Amino acid sequence: MGRRTPRPEGPWDIVIVGGGNAALCAALTAAEAGRSVLILEAAPESYRGGNSRHTRNFRCMHRQPMSVLTETYGEEEYFDDLRVVTKGETDETLARLVIRETEECLPWMRRHGVHFQPSLSGTLSLSRTNAFFLGGGKALVNAYYNVARDLGVSVVYEARVDHVHIEGDRAIGVDVSVAGAAARRIAARAVVLASGGFQSDLDWLTRAWGPAAANFLIRGTPHNRGVVLKNMIDQGCPSVGDPTQCHCVAIDGRAPKFDGGICTRLDCVPFSIVVNRDGDRFYDEGEDTWPKRYAIWGRLVAAQPDQIGFSIIDSKSTDLFMPSVFPPIRADDIEELAEKLGLDPVRLGRTVAAFNAACQDGRFHPTERDGLTTIGLDPPKSNWARPIDTPPYFAYQLRPGVTFTYLGLKVDTTARVEGPHGRLANVWAAGEIMAGSILGRGYLAGFGMAIGTVFGRIAGREAAAHVA
Amino acid sequence: MSLDPSLVSTSSPSIIEARRQLEICNACRYCEGYCSVFPAMMRDAVHGVAELTHLANLCHNCRGCHYSCQYAAPHAFALNLPAALAEVRQASWERHLRPAILVKIFQEGWTATVVTMLAATAALYAAASLRGADASAPFYDKLPHTWMVAFFLPAVVLPIVAVAAGLRSYWRETCGDRMALSAVMAATRSVARMTNLACGHGEGCNYEKGDRYSNARRFAHQAVLVGFLLCFLATASATVMHYLFQWPAPYGFGSPPKILGVTGGVLLVLGSAAMILLKRRADPDLGSRRVLRGEYAFICLVGLTALSGSALTFASGTDPSKALLAFHLGCVATLFLTLPFTKMVHGAFRLATLIIEAQKAHPKDDQGGSS
Repeated sequence: MGRRTPRPEGPWDIVIVGGGNAALCAALTAAEAGRSVLILEAAPESYRGGNSRHTRNFRCMHRQPMSVLTETYGEEEYFDDLRVVTKGETDETLARLVIRETEECLPWMRRHGVHFQPSLSGTLSLSRTNAFFLGGGKALVNAYYNVARDLGVSVVYEARVDHVHIEGDRAIGVDVSVAGAAARRIAARAVVLASGGFQSDLDWLTRAWGPAAANFLIRGTPHNRGVVLKNMIDQGCPSVGDPTQCHCVAIDGRAPKFDGGICTRLDCVPFSIVVNRDGDRFYDEGEDTWPKRYAIWGRLVAAQPDQIGFSIIDSKSTDLFMPSVFPPIRADDIEELAEKLGLDPVRLGRTVAAFNAACQDGRFHPTERDGLTTIGLDPPKSNWARPIDTPPYFAYQLRPGVTFTYLGLKVDTTARVEGPHGRLANVWAAGEIMAGSILGRGYLAGFGMAIGTVFGRIAGREAAAHVA
Repeated sequence: MSLDPSLVSTSSPSIIEARRQLEICNACRYCEGYCSVFPAMMRDAVHGVAELTHLANLCHNCRGCHYSCQYAAPHAFALNLPAALAEVRQASWERHLRPAILVKIFQEGWTATVVTMLAATAALYAAASLRGADASAPFYDKLPHTWMVAFFLPAVVLPIVAVAAGLRSYWRETCGDRMALSAVMAATRSVARMTNLACGHGEGCNYEKGDRYSNARRFAHQAVLVGFLLCFLATASATVMHYLFQWPAPYGFGSPPKILGVTGGVLLVLGSAAMILLKRRADPDLGSRRVLRGEYAFICLVGLTALSGSALTFASGTDPSKALLAFHLGCVATLFLTLPFTKMVHGAFRLATLIIEAQKAHPKDDQGGSS
């Protein structure tokens, strides 16, 4: 399959900017339609795959049990889940398109070498809705690259695209610099943009968030700098979404600046009290089960002074959540803990005492909302409120961890990118670069991979049809 | 969760490194479905030497976790779990088997294996020459059966005793429970299917093809294993025929020892040749590099034993037969004499570990089990 491979400078049937899940889904689909495909991946081979290498699951609609997914998960329930987390800030047409297509995607993924495993321990609440990749996202990325190679897709690593040449309503090629060499132009009949959000461009984050952005950690690849996104916006393409909106969770403050991935997350919040730099609580830690609340805590911590929080538990709770990669700070009393954390011991002591006094007796149940709530405390802790009174005490430092930004290109149901004067004739976008078309705010676990897979396949199919 | 800092000191570098890596794995768990190591890892919040030794011997070096690892180098976490566990595994054999210095010498190089093989061959050749038998003489005129028994019985029994003592010490360190029959059955099934080289999905491991899966090593290993068992059965059947039926060697092609021996020999030759080829293609940095030469020496020894045995089958009655017989028996003798010191022990420790793992994974099955 695949046409004869063109010379490096092209013209290629389809040039794909980016090398993660969405890019690969587009590449496989287009190559299987017989087109010559070039993938320009900014990362070196060892870091290929963008944020996809850190992912672990795919949220999938299914009208009957399918693969590792139990029971059923229909379009309406899926869309309701999305509407709740986005507070209605979603494009219903595109969102429903993604949801409906996921059902067909899962068998397609399996045919292209992706293996699934039953829900990971500690994530049993997702066993009905989310299919987990065996080995995680890097195994998925490896599988797709292997199929791509078998299909004759060409891949260039360390290939940074900094300009898309648009003439009228058409892209004629891209400027790419490979391994730091001078930029050269590559001609293309169609272009698919799948190069992610801009979260690794810290200057851009700072423009959006102000100085607070300096304290943000980036959970994924350092290569998603939004260069192509900015280039398209600068050329007059309309953007969708708010630049401060992103997938942002509270992670361990000791995580590396980039690429810390999954193992820096902290699941202890519901069993803890979370205080800010001043030793005060600021939000209901027990509002709902963790999978439904983890994605709001990044923004909550981002809104606190110095963008820092401290999650404090006592020894009753140490075995209730998955271990973090960093050991907690440990102390035998609250004053010592405060000193180790750099907090005012008196204020922290007062906060803990007030919280403990507001707790009441009742049945504690760690995996469901147990209604064990504080009384007369502001903010309350609505569930799992047990006094912090059994030494030793432990604390984790929380920082906002950005997964990906939502500001993106505007696309239609065929993944075609909106240009300055209406739709561009031969430019498609897929994945995080256009996720803002669907996610206005909030996040639903496994939905990023759903958007990338569905829109990657659409972009590949449409681009292939265009150059036929 | 590593809430207990008391465990972290007083350990060897390999233990400290394996613990560091497993703490990252335990906070990620993406590889949960690849093999038995990850579910076992998740059972314990804190990994002491005993738990790490158990996990290390449970690891079959399929490398699935490494090629999927988002934290492999050049990431700052620099995970290489197959290599980290291989080091702990090697160290555990050196800790439990005596004399430790011989374990180290045979595991790390090929010289000791070659010297043993040549010495055994020379001794057996000299013994055969003393008899002065000519090439056309019947089998036991070259080396009488009683001589062979006198030589091979201690050469087999003593190493087996050494391995048994090592296993006993290992069992005490990593388990301590009585052996349950159901666990033995589960472990045997796991070995028969080489489940832990299937990577959870059955497409095999990431050994010789980088990040692509392949069952080649799984099949090659089973060829060696089954070949070895058939050759063992051939010897056992010959022993029965010799002592119970007064039917001494040599045996014809239709006899049980020949059928079993020839089939086993062919499987061993093909299997060990495949293992060598696969090993040459695999990334040596995903195992214990310091024992690479010892591992090659061991596979070559297995292959040469089978090859010389097969050649012997066809060379009966010709002149090189005496030299060939001495060489073959020299290889067999080396295989058994060095049993506690070569890669051969991995089989014993692996089986013991799979039994222990079956017991730990399903503790209730212990009820009614026999020891």
